[in-house]
Amino acid sequence: MSTKNPTDWTIAEARKSLEAGETSALDLARAFLDRAASVEPAVHALLERTTDRALSDARAADARRAKGERGPLLGIPVVLKDIFATRGIPTTCGSRILEGFVPPYDADAVERLSRAGAVLVGKSNLDEFAMGSSTENSAFGPTANPWDTGRVAGGSSGGSAAAVAAGECLASLGTDTGGSIRLPASYCGVCGMKPTYGRVSRYGVIAYASSLDQVGPFARTVADLADVLGVIAGHDPRDSTSVPAPVPDYAAALDGRVAGLRIGVPREYFVPGMAPEVEAAVREAIERLRSLGATIVEVGLPHTKYAVATYYLVAPAEASSNLARYDGVRFGLRKAAADANLLDMYRETRDAGFGAEVKRRILLGTYALSAGYYDAFYLKAQKARTLIRDDFAKAFAECDVLATPVAPTVAFGLGEKTEDPLAMYLSDVLTISVNLAGLPALALPCGFDGAGLPIGLQLIAPAFREEAALRVGDAFQRATDWHERRPPAPGAAKGGAR
Amino acid sequence: MPVSLEDVRHIALLARLGLAPAEEERLRRDLDSILGYVAQLESLDVSGVEPTAHVVDLPTPLREDRATNPERPEEMVENAPDRDRTFLRVPKIIE
Amino acid sequence: MSDAPDYGPWEPVIGLEVHAQMLTESKLFCGCSAKFGAEPNAHTCPVCMGMPGVLPVLNRRAVEFATRTALATGCEIPRIARWARKNYFYPDLPKGYQISMYDEPLAVAGGVEVETPEGTRRVRLTRIHMEEDAGKNVHDAHDDHSLVDLNRAGVPLMEIVSEPDIRSAAEAADYLRSLRAILQYLAVCDGNMEEGSMRCDANVSIRRRGTTELGTRTEIKNMNSFRSVERAIDVEIRRQIEVVEGGGRIVQETRLWDADRGQTFPMRSKEAAHDYRYFPDPDLLPLVSDPAWVEEVRRGLPELPAARRDRFVRDHGIPPYDAAVLTARRDVADYFEAALAAHPNPKSISNWIMGDILRLVRERKLDDALVITEWPVAPAALAKLVALIDDGTISGKIAKTVFEEMVAGGGDPASIVEKKGLRQVTDTGAIEAAVDAVIAASPDKVAEYRSGKDKLFGFFVGQVMKATGGKANPQAVNDLLRSKLAG
Repeated sequence: MSTKNPTDWTIAEARKSLEAGETSALDLARAFLDRAASVEPAVHALLERTTDRALSDARAADARRAKGERGPLLGIPVVLKDIFATRGIPTTCGSRILEGFVPPYDADAVERLSRAGAVLVGKSNLDEFAMGSSTENSAFGPTANPWDTGRVAGGSSGGSAAAVAAGECLASLGTDTGGSIRLPASYCGVCGMKPTYGRVSRYGVIAYASSLDQVGPFARTVADLADVLGVIAGHDPRDSTSVPAPVPDYAAALDGRVAGLRIGVPREYFVPGMAPEVEAAVREAIERLRSLGATIVEVGLPHTKYAVATYYLVAPAEASSNLARYDGVRFGLRKAAADANLLDMYRETRDAGFGAEVKRRILLGTYALSAGYYDAFYLKAQKARTLIRDDFAKAFAECDVLATPVAPTVAFGLGEKTEDPLAMYLSDVLTISVNLAGLPALALPCGFDGAGLPIGLQLIAPAFREEAALRVGDAFQRATDWHERRPPAPGAAKGGAR
Repeated sequence: MPVSLEDVRHIALLARLGLAPAEEERLRRDLDSILGYVAQLESLDVSGVEPTAHVVDLPTPLREDRATNPERPEEMVENAPDRDRTFLRVPKIIE
Repeated sequence: MSDAPDYGPWEPVIGLEVHAQMLTESKLFCGCSAKFGAEPNAHTCPVCMGMPGVLPVLNRRAVEFATRTALATGCEIPRIARWARKNYFYPDLPKGYQISMYDEPLAVAGGVEVETPEGTRRVRLTRIHMEEDAGKNVHDAHDDHSLVDLNRAGVPLMEIVSEPDIRSAAEAADYLRSLRAILQYLAVCDGNMEEGSMRCDANVSIRRRGTTELGTRTEIKNMNSFRSVERAIDVEIRRQIEVVEGGGRIVQETRLWDADRGQTFPMRSKEAAHDYRYFPDPDLLPLVSDPAWVEEVRRGLPELPAARRDRFVRDHGIPPYDAAVLTARRDVADYFEAALAAHPNPKSISNWIMGDILRLVRERKLDDALVITEWPVAPAALAKLVALIDDGTISGKIAKTVFEEMVAGGGDPASIVEKKGLRQVTDTGAIEAAVDAVIAASPDKVAEYRSGKDKLFGFFVGQVMKATGGKANPQAVNDLLRSKLAG
């Protein structure tokens, strides 16, 4: 069918070819593994290429197809952020402290992908314990942006975003605690979605901040995202915060119609310091939606300015507790001199195992929860969180979906913000509120700046109304071609022949 | 209130993080700057506002009391850095 | 029950925190077995091992057990209880935090009726909350390492916290016994302190009698029997009195009871940097109590020890002390009522139980079990034995022999009596012959008796009983001897 290289396809295109018998899952797996081999030296999206697993998954998928089975992800090559526990496959979370850890269990989302017949080609790079906005906090080196390898991929799910952008897989999974799917999607020019908190099980997903963490997909198109979300969403009795609500047919909701929809534009989201090209591209995208028949309304989210402060108390507090289990006793790294006592063992292990940002957040969170500071910091932040939630409730009384930029700028340079944690935190200023409110939000490309770097549009929907954001995003993609652009082959450009 | 080195050492002990002296000072500066930023919450009036601990407004689900897990001690201690038979081994604990 | 203490002008103020392991099949937050005695770490899974990414799911029966306890102790059950994390590092605490409840517990404001020598007293309960147990550290003496077994990690506990209403070491032990009886009646905890399924920490302070201000308290840990609790608290009270009377001050600290040395010692280190940083557990939504379900649990509560004791006094006419002994355990009280149903002689059956039956139960450690099933003698058999005494078939003395036979070989008391020929001799002819023979054989003694040495009467009774193999009806022997000796 397509003259395009399979690694440039969408899931929909690949599925068509598989169903037509023009290609096999095994062919696809090999093509994507080859592609990964060629681009990885320049991109470093993956921490591990699961070649054997990919080939056996692909053969199994072909066998299932031969028996007449069909499915949206049957035989589709995927990548998992290395925060998902994978039975029998090392799982690092980007940290030295999980050195040697091989989980005896799969995350729920991983089980669901396996049942759907997806083919696992690798596990992707991330900021250590998902703490970061650039994937530079990985203990195993940063991931480069496939559009410009001198720039960051965004984070923390930078590897998953870059893997899709660089054609190493057709879809990937990430997690989003404060923007960790949407920011890298935006920086890498792909689509990413953070579903409603409770929509996708967190079972087997290594926790950063449990009340904010949510699993979500990356893909090249919104329609592809809908396919992946349909597979991973749903109630899981192993996660007490998983919500037993029916999962709609997301693909069926993509009817291309936005006429009559009210799209809210929060005035607080066009912040001072925003790159003019970003603002222009996002405003133009909103105009495009208007031209497609949507009604545009300006709304207010007045507590937005407190979101970053709130987040950087709530998330580190939870993290300080979630990361206490890395103590060198049951799994992972242990660092201790022969004569070390117990306290030495804890302190040396955690000093050697955690990177600077993780330590920073553990200390910050410990501080926020400690005696004498709890009320002023943690409790205050929880109350601010209520006000931020209420803002959205009020805004959604006036509109169906919110449209905003994902980030104030395009991807920044590697190393540019590593010395200034606070500046790094402010990259998430437009994504964090959504996590605090537990809402679903979609990021999709809506333009490029003068240097050819992608710009992202964020579409935020009410809780458990993922399909509303997906419908708008899909309609936008039917009318535009930003999502069809592909980055220059990073490996080929640098190294020549593979 | 500025963060002191003493504060950093105290919370580092609570968090069982061994820190080199240079790291202590750098983290003190970082925390000071971050806490300076989050101090903007002080100006927010939250009187009468309930805290949000969860965004899911449901009661916690309950599971039936069944011991369904298989016994697989070897597999459970396989990842341990140090063990003795199926015990985990740690430096001597002194009460 | 214990003697009144003497602390001079000082009044102890004691509050107890009891941790009771709930008798569920599985752990509080995962499907691992909660039973003892498995190979190290056999009852573990990724959840109770604290592996990354796995999550807790609450055990319904544990909630039911804790609710039962709360209702049985008259607690209020707030609509919402919240799970909190208590953060600290210890090798037996896999996640680096314990899932517990903090400022919104399961139940508040209850009380336990405590039997004391001075009568019934109510010790108020501050709260009952649920939490997960820690694992076990095994300290290896010949090595510089410790070993960790997480089989117990995640087993459901109730923490039952009393107000500082207790005024003596003895009363503390009485409170614990009353509480244990309630837990056992409810079948929610086996109450075995030696095995650690019921643990107790005590907060102890002293003040001058007549004052109301609370003194500085110490927390005493490591008491693993009722006796230890009583001794440790008494020793601690006396230590505090000595410190204060010597002009010193009590330091707020945790002290460990050393049963061998009979002293409490301050716990080394660890305490200094404690800051548990409680906060709501983001992995668990609030526990919301459904009033209809709580009502259902309430309706299912059994008759509790205090009510049963009062009923025994009222309906069976036995003394309050005896009723308290019989109702201290639900199975003993059940045994009593089962025997009573077969033969309605409450006083006699009660005496047999409080004497021989409970002696054997203790000797054989049958009371280690939550419910005694292997009784030395079945209740119906004991009833039959008492019936044989009551209808004159055997004497009380012979009954002891029959009882020993029943315990040794089992079997029906009536057939033992027949087989061993123990039936009481009431035939006056046979008894008279024996009496005559004894009188004839001891002319000297008879003369002494007749000259006023009344004490010799016992001698003659003994001789007659000996001659009849103990089977003679004692009343008939007495009557005949008296008339013949008077002769």
